Amino acid sequence: MEKVLEARHIDKYFKKPILFQVLKDINFSVAKGEFATIMGKSGCGKSTLLYILSTMDTDYEGQLFLNEELITGQSPNKLAYLRNKHIGFVFQFHYLLAEFSVLENVMLPAKKLGEKSVMDIEKEAIQKLGVLGIEHLAKKKASMISGGEKQRVAIARALINNPSLLMGDEPTGNLDSHNSDNVLSIFRQLREDYGLSLLIVTHDKDFADKSDRIITMEDGRILI
Amino acid sequence: MINRKVILNIAKTHLLTKYKQTIVAALGVTFGIGSYITLSGFMTGLNGMLDDLILNQTPHIHIYNEIQPSEKQPIASFDEFKNTFNVVHSVKPKQTQKKIHNALPLMNYLNRDPKVRGALAQVKVQIFYIAGSIEIGGNLTGVDVMKEAELFNFNDYILQGTAADLKNNDNGILLGIGLAKKMSLEIGDRVQISTIRGEIFPLKIVGFYQSGIGDIDNIQSFANLKTVQRILGEPENYVTDINVKLHDIEQALPLSKRIEQQFKLRAIDAKTANAQFETGTQIRNLITYAVSATLLIVAGFGIYNILNMLIYEKMNDIAILKAIGFSGKDVQLIFLSQAMIIGIIGGVLGLLLGYFLLITIDQVPFKTEALPTITTFPVNHNIIFYIIGICFALLSTFFAGYFPSQKAKKTDPVRIITGQ
Repeated sequence: MEKVLEARHIDKYFKKPILFQVLKDINFSVAKGEFATIMGKSGCGKSTLLYILSTMDTDYEGQLFLNEELITGQSPNKLAYLRNKHIGFVFQFHYLLAEFSVLENVMLPAKKLGEKSVMDIEKEAIQKLGVLGIEHLAKKKASMISGGEKQRVAIARALINNPSLLMGDEPTGNLDSHNSDNVLSIFRQLREDYGLSLLIVTHDKDFADKSDRIITMEDGRILI
Repeated sequence: MINRKVILNIAKTHLLTKYKQTIVAALGVTFGIGSYITLSGFMTGLNGMLDDLILNQTPHIHIYNEIQPSEKQPIASFDEFKNTFNVVHSVKPKQTQKKIHNALPLMNYLNRDPKVRGALAQVKVQIFYIAGSIEIGGNLTGVDVMKEAELFNFNDYILQGTAADLKNNDNGILLGIGLAKKMSLEIGDRVQISTIRGEIFPLKIVGFYQSGIGDIDNIQSFANLKTVQRILGEPENYVTDINVKLHDIEQALPLSKRIEQQFKLRAIDAKTANAQFETGTQIRNLITYAVSATLLIVAGFGIYNILNMLIYEKMNDIAILKAIGFSGKDVQLIFLSQAMIIGIIGGVLGLLLGYFLLITIDQVPFKTEALPTITTFPVNHNIIFYIIGICFALLSTFFAGYFPSQKAKKTDPVRIITGQ
């Protein structure tokens, strides 16, 4: 099976305040079209792992493959490009650029990638917003919409470059159950309709139960 | 190219949404640059006025015969005392004529020199002004008045009356204003002057002369060259001084040295003649530079401060931008371009502010007895201040933006997102 993301023997140390090994020999992979969740107690290292996998954190030992290509040790510019093109990211807190309109927020990663004309990007952004059922918000300012809407805008932004993988750091952690169900169904739908791979860190057992695979972590190791 | 557009767009949005902050930052630059230009223009304007006060009326090279002792005393030519140690007491100056020998050919020679703008003959003579039974000592200078007006701004120093009035009147005199006050004389009156030999001539007052230096105005008067030659009973080739104006004042020293050697005359360049004045100019310039540098540095720190705050406020945005695929360099460029936009807008406004302030200062009345031609404060609209101003605005905003943006570049998005 085709692997979107693979981690081999990943170790990570926190050097301050004392030397502490957060991640111990992490080996796992996410297949194409797979909906995986990472669960574990607070402090078990799941967020740390996610940020390593997202290529934002480069201070680790071991090897990381994206679309079967080694990305460990690549230049920051190249990593930024890979992140832009192949990885969509959704945070616990909405994390939109408050000064920009919803549409501009969604368009931004595609503009950065610069593969399409602004007209095409705009069309696509509106289409993504449509998929998430919020195209009527397009012209609003990002700071003027509700929390659940912000999270959906963030998902639309994560999808704009048609990434191979969508990562989430507790994307529903800050939402009520209604919105949280909403996000979950959006994720499932995206997987089915577009074959998107998903890797989501969550605390929410109900949420995790509805995914294809649950990766449980404890004390810096993967249990299952 | 596309990248740059996206980055500029983000920078623009940041600046526009925080427009109050942007305006404050830009105004910081504006006031810094504006006050730099105003101050430089005003101070150098004043300096220039003081320089002109001296240099406009001083010739670049002044050639005359100086009364001085012979460098080689007669005993030195006497062979028998060649190898002895000779002491000459009470050395007296050599008897020389005041007149410059062969003055007319010398002037022709100087006027042909491409470095020379003009060489003018003068006859200086000591006279007495006679007011009833009182004799006031003074100087009368015979000049080629039209050329003096052309080369040495002579018209600036004539009160009531013009150079042409003098030119057209063979018995005319431009009387020093101090003298005129002492003797209660008006234009059209006659003043009697007496030469050292005692001959008395009546001259008609066609105007007053005011140099701005009281001591000069109390003794100095001007008449036509021919008039003075006639008073002295000397022929047309009787010239006591030659004033030379050059195209470039820097050439004065070498040329004066050459003239001294070649013609055995005394030739003094303006800078040597006004050495202490030069020192004053240099110190005033130094003060100007020090004050402008201080202004620019203060402005620079203001800009740095505001940009630093701007970037701290935008930490969240920096993390998001990095997470969605903007590289550190992109983020740095966003903040750097914000700084540069502030610098350009603030700088250009600063140029305008400086320009308008200078124009305003230029209109403020400033009357002083010492400077008859000055009616408003002098300013110097030198383009170089505007160039320095805008360059500094750009440079300082670049550096003020560079260090905070370097920080933005290095910021670890994970730390911000995870709230560590």
